[in-house]
Amino acid sequence: MSALASSNMPAQVGLLAGRAVRHIIRQPAQVVFPIAFPLILLAVNSSGLDAATKLPGFPTTDYLDFALAVPFMQGALFAALNGGQDLARDIEGGFLDRLALTPMSGPALIAGQLGGALFMGVVSALIYLTVGLLIGTGIAAGFGGALVLLALAVTISFAFACLGTFVALRAGSGQAVQGFFPLFFVLLFLSSAFFPRNLIEQDWFRQVATYNPVSYLVEGIRSLVITGWDGQALAQAFGIAALMIAAFLALSAWALRTRLVRT
Amino acid sequence: MPDDRSIQVAGLVREFKGAIKAVDGIDLSVAGGEIYGFLGPNGAGKSTTVKVLTTLLPPSAGTATVAGYDVAKQGAKVRASIGVALQDVALDPMLTGREHMRLQAGLQGIPRAERATRGNDLLERVGLADAADRKSSTYSGGMRRRLDLALALLHGPSILFLDEPTTGLDVQSRTALWDEVARLARDEGTTVFLTTQYLEEADVLADRVGIIDRGVIVAEGTPAALKAEVSRPTVEVIPRDAEDCAATGAALAPFGEQVAERAAGSVAVRLRSGADQLAEIVRALDVADVAVAHLALHEPTLDDVFLAKTGRSLEGAGDEPAETPPEPERAAA
Repeated sequence: MSALASSNMPAQVGLLAGRAVRHIIRQPAQVVFPIAFPLILLAVNSSGLDAATKLPGFPTTDYLDFALAVPFMQGALFAALNGGQDLARDIEGGFLDRLALTPMSGPALIAGQLGGALFMGVVSALIYLTVGLLIGTGIAAGFGGALVLLALAVTISFAFACLGTFVALRAGSGQAVQGFFPLFFVLLFLSSAFFPRNLIEQDWFRQVATYNPVSYLVEGIRSLVITGWDGQALAQAFGIAALMIAAFLALSAWALRTRLVRT
Repeated sequence: MPDDRSIQVAGLVREFKGAIKAVDGIDLSVAGGEIYGFLGPNGAGKSTTVKVLTTLLPPSAGTATVAGYDVAKQGAKVRASIGVALQDVALDPMLTGREHMRLQAGLQGIPRAERATRGNDLLERVGLADAADRKSSTYSGGMRRRLDLALALLHGPSILFLDEPTTGLDVQSRTALWDEVARLARDEGTTVFLTTQYLEEADVLADRVGIIDRGVIVAEGTPAALKAEVSRPTVEVIPRDAEDCAATGAALAPFGEQVAERAAGSVAVRLRSGADQLAEIVRALDVADVAVAHLALHEPTLDDVFLAKTGRSLEGAGDEPAETPPEPERAAA
C-alpha cells in the first residue's frame, strides 16, 4: 500500500509556496506592518526633508521622487525577515523534520519558501508604486519604466528573501533571524537611500555608501523615477540583485544540506 | 517493494560531538506486525534510535534495515515505507487539519483524486472530522497527537514509528490512541515501534519490550517473561490490630521471604511460588487468628525489571497519570 509515486518537484514547490502564501495572508502583521511602515516613513521623510532638494546638485526638486525608492528596499527587508522567521520556526518546531520524512526535495523547500516572499514582494511593490503615483510621484521612464521598476523591486525583494532563507537555515532560530534585521537596516542607512552620494560630505560615509551594494539597488529604482532610462544604473541594480540571488541560493543549498541530514 | 515489515538492527551506534554515545551498540529485531515497546527514561537513547531508524540521523556505526532497506544507504525507500510521529508534535499552527492532510498527501505523491478521500477518511478515523477546518493552533494536546498520527498513516505505511506518543495526554486521549495502535497491528498488520517512558504503556500495548538505558539495551522480551525473570509476586497484609504484625509475619513466613513494608503497619512477603498460594495464605492467616484490614497481591512491574537490570528505578515513572486506562483489545502475540 505504501508503494506510491513520489510527487514531482514543481508540484512540491507549488504546495510549499501555497503554504508560505497562506502563512502571510493569515498573519496580518506580516502584511500590514511591512507595507504601512515604509509608507509612513516615506510620508514623514518627504515632508520633513523636502528642504534638502534645494541643495546644489540634488537630483530632483521633489524629495518624494527621491525617497520613493526607500519603501521598496524596506519592504524587501521585511519580506526577508518574515520569510526567514517562518522558516526558522519550521526548524525550531520540528516541522522541517515532518517535511524531511516525505519525498520532498531540498531545492523544493527553498523554492517553496521563496514563493511566499515573491508573493509578498509583488504585492508590496504594487502598493508602493500605486501610493507613490497617487501622491504625485511621476515615473520619468514612463509606463515601461514603471513595469521595469516593479520587476526590479520584485527581484530585489527576492534577493533579500534568499538572504533571509540562508540566515534561517544556517542559524535555525527565529531569534537569530530577528537579530540580523538591524544589520540589514544599518546597510540601508549607510547607503545612498536617504541622501545622494555626491552630496555626502563625510568621507567615510561616502566611501561606505559607495562600496555598499544597497546604494546601487536604490539608485537603480531611483533612476527610473527621476532620470528616465539609465542603462548603467539598471544594469548595476539588476546585476547586484542577480549576484545576491545566486550567492545566497548557493549558500542556502549548502546550509540546507547540513540542516537536513536525512540519509 | 518487498513485503518486509521488519526492523533489524545490529551494533547500532550514534555518537554526537564530544564523543557522547547516545546509542551505544544496540541490537534488536522486530517482526512484521509486532508492536515493539522501547522503554527507557529520559535521555536513554530512545528518540535518537528512532531518528536513526527513520533516516533523520545517519548512524555512526552498525547497521539497520527497515522494511528491508538500509537506513544509511536507502533513505528514500525507508521513508516511503514508514509513518512517523515524533516526540514533539510538529504541526503548522497556521494550517487547518484538512490543509495538513492535503499538504502531506501532495508531498507524499498520493494521486490528486485520492487525496481528499484518504485525508477525510483518516480525519474521521481519528475523530477530527468536526475540527478538520480549524487551525491546528486551536487544537488540544490530544487532538494534535491524533492529527499527527493521521498524518503518519496517510500514505499507508507498513511500519509505524511512534516516539512517546502519549506523553502529556489525558487518560481518554491515551486510551483512544492505544486502541488505534492496537487496531493497526491487529487488523492491518502494521509493525509498530513505540518508544515510551510509561511502564503501563509498554506493558499493556507491546508484544515485546526492549529496555534501554544509557544507550544500551539492558533487557528484552515479552513483558510477562521479563517480569517473571527478575521477580515474583509480593503479598501485602495489613492486620486490623497493629499488635498482630508479628503474628502476621509468622503466618506468612512459610510462603516466602519478608520484604520491606510497602505501607506503615503492613507485612509484605515475596512469594516463593506464584499467586496460586493466595488461598493457602488466607487460610494461614485465619488459623493464626489475624483479623485482616487489607490484603493485596502485587505483581512485579517493568519498573522492577528496570531496577533489577540497572540498579535504579525508571525515571519518569512518577510522571505517569494517576489513572490507568483499560487495556485495549489485542490479538494473541
